Amino acid sequence: MTQTSTAENAPVRVIRGARIAGGPEETSDIVIRDGVIAAVGSDARAQADAGGVEVIDATGLLALPGLVDLHTHLREPGREDAETVATGARAAAVGGYTAVHAMANTDPVADSAGVVEQVWRLGHDAGYCDVRPVGAVTRGLRGQQLAELGAMADSVAGVRVFSDDGVCVSDALLMRRALEYVKAFGGVIAQHAQEPRLTEGAQMNEGVVSDRLGLGGWPAVAEEAIIARDCLLAEHVGSRLHICHVSTSGSVQIIRWAKDRGCDVTAEVTPHHLLLTDDLAESYDPVFKVNPPLRTTEDVTALRQALADGTIDSVATDHAPHPVEAKETEWSNAAMGMVGLESALSVVQHTMVDNGLLDWSGVADRMSFAPARIGRVRGHGRPIAPGEPANITLYDAGTTRDIDPAALVSKSGNTPYRSMRLPGRVVATLLRGTPTVLDGKVQ
Amino acid sequence: MRHLLSAGDLSYDEATQVLDTAKELSQLSGHSVKKFPTLRGRTVVNLFYEDSTRTRTSFELAAKRLSADVINFSAKGSSVSKGESLKDSALTLQAMGADGVVIRHSASGAAHRLATWVDGAVVNGGDGTHEHPTQALLDAFTIRERMGDLAGLRVTIVGDVLHSRVARSNVLLLHTLGAEVTLVAPPTLVPVSVHTWPCAVSYRIEDVLPKSDVVMMLRVQAERMKGEFFPTAREYSRRYGLDRERFARLPADAIVMHPGPMVRGMEISAEVADSPRSTVTEQVTNGLSVRMAVLYLLLGGSESAIGNQEAQG
Repeated sequence: MTQTSTAENAPVRVIRGARIAGGPEETSDIVIRDGVIAAVGSDARAQADAGGVEVIDATGLLALPGLVDLHTHLREPGREDAETVATGARAAAVGGYTAVHAMANTDPVADSAGVVEQVWRLGHDAGYCDVRPVGAVTRGLRGQQLAELGAMADSVAGVRVFSDDGVCVSDALLMRRALEYVKAFGGVIAQHAQEPRLTEGAQMNEGVVSDRLGLGGWPAVAEEAIIARDCLLAEHVGSRLHICHVSTSGSVQIIRWAKDRGCDVTAEVTPHHLLLTDDLAESYDPVFKVNPPLRTTEDVTALRQALADGTIDSVATDHAPHPVEAKETEWSNAAMGMVGLESALSVVQHTMVDNGLLDWSGVADRMSFAPARIGRVRGHGRPIAPGEPANITLYDAGTTRDIDPAALVSKSGNTPYRSMRLPGRVVATLLRGTPTVLDGKVQ
Repeated sequence: MRHLLSAGDLSYDEATQVLDTAKELSQLSGHSVKKFPTLRGRTVVNLFYEDSTRTRTSFELAAKRLSADVINFSAKGSSVSKGESLKDSALTLQAMGADGVVIRHSASGAAHRLATWVDGAVVNGGDGTHEHPTQALLDAFTIRERMGDLAGLRVTIVGDVLHSRVARSNVLLLHTLGAEVTLVAPPTLVPVSVHTWPCAVSYRIEDVLPKSDVVMMLRVQAERMKGEFFPTAREYSRRYGLDRERFARLPADAIVMHPGPMVRGMEISAEVADSPRSTVTEQVTNGLSVRMAVLYLLLGGSESAIGNQEAQG
């Protein structure tokens, strides 16, 4: 599908015949020069015809701004058997992402300038997408003492998102201080909302299914109570708060209420919480074990509605790779989490677009503009327009594919969509004009 | 049915067949026939990750009475304690040619997982706080022996329902067999969605006892106090224990059951436990017959047994 004609140093590229998400009905050509979009329009190609150009035929494809993930576990340093920055970044590119946030719960924890710079550098050297390290809020994720947030913000990594994700910053005073402190450098605290005492021994959503299966319950109130508290705290100190992986209908109501009051809160939902429900645990197959847990159909409906109306600002994958042995075990001994980078856009199409809840311009907002804005990611989450960085995802919404764990680019295969048929396929991803993925293959 | 994983998987006819088979086997055992050749050449593995002398011995004896070869594979002193996973243990048993595996495990769902890794029949011998189907079958058998048909019988289950695999299996099976089940416990020890279960719930034992034909007392572990489920063992005992006074409120022909091991003085007083209306030791005896029936029906024929074979003694 790529025709290369005498590309010299930095080839001029033309994406031909794509429909731009949120753009005009007719197709457009997108001319890219020096990593920047030089021209867009039905006649833009003419501007590039002078020199040697590389043409990417995008007939029938949708052009989306490069996706931005606020929530990715890349596992390096420490658990390179599950994923590395390089393999995770490749999986991200295949999923249409041009920037991802790498969560801090590595080993060692990303709670110092040294570790966040290491992760940033690994991402930079891999080159598949921009890897933005998330800094831990507290030292060692222990929830007792603030990590050196300022040092991480000032480092090469330029950290703006701070999170103890995996555990909740449950101490109210520490949470207040963290919210206040990051105002100095435009940071945001991304809270993993989970009241720890209410979730001791928790294995899955507390409800009809957990009671029948005899698995420890993770009640919705444990998420909702923390979200309510933190919204009030953020409002009180005038800080920016982000809620990770919102999973319940009650959380949606609280966030809607807080936004109405003027609280500067944003929220994300994962693809799996938009599609899957807790009854999947009936197989006791831990591929469905995740934190927060899969909830009920009522929750799924509320989450979709909230993403559609903007109460939930963004989709974030919570891509959580685990080696085979961490999942081929008893449910209660299994690790929590599922991979998601390579299936996110398809799940969003299936759960939001194909049923008319969200249009493609809405998808561009929830999966690119909003997360880039929340994470203060420069050069990403920009419209496909002249003068903007050429971070572009080309997507074929008119096809379907069967998800095969063995075919994933991620080092781990713990996908809950195993042998499911999902719509759509990422055809190409361009990072500042350079294809990281072409014809679905990593470049 | 290839496995026995949940009491809820048994239809009325299947459950009745197990009980009828157990009855036949118990009658034959009474006629000096101690051993049947039925499972000669078959191998049954007892895979026990939790200490349970009572259940393991019962399954072992049941298999031996049917002339099966029995291997006891306990988590202690085996490769399991060296970190071998359940899956590797399963594959090892599979390679050894186990025809049936009885598994007891502290993790809910362990028997379901095992069944995906081995070809042989899997019998759930108790998994975490999920189910213990052979206990429910032996309880149903005991009730039937004492009271006749279960249809319409009022069965009250008292104690730590939330953490009890015995309660889960009994609610499902007794409901299938037509009994009216009432759970009695402090509100902290019933599941939040209990209203979706096929049973009634009460927080007051006094109200329920006069309307009970069978009372099943569950063991209450004192360690539950750490989870703040109730203030003290003494308060639990005062509010939910079956002592002589409460025992007197039962109808005259009602029976008292306990899956064991009992905590005398906690959930049941010594007088009640030792009363002739207590079925505790019968339950143990019946456990053997019921487990023989289960192994026989799952392993006895060349094809899947429960539901399509007649007992042959």
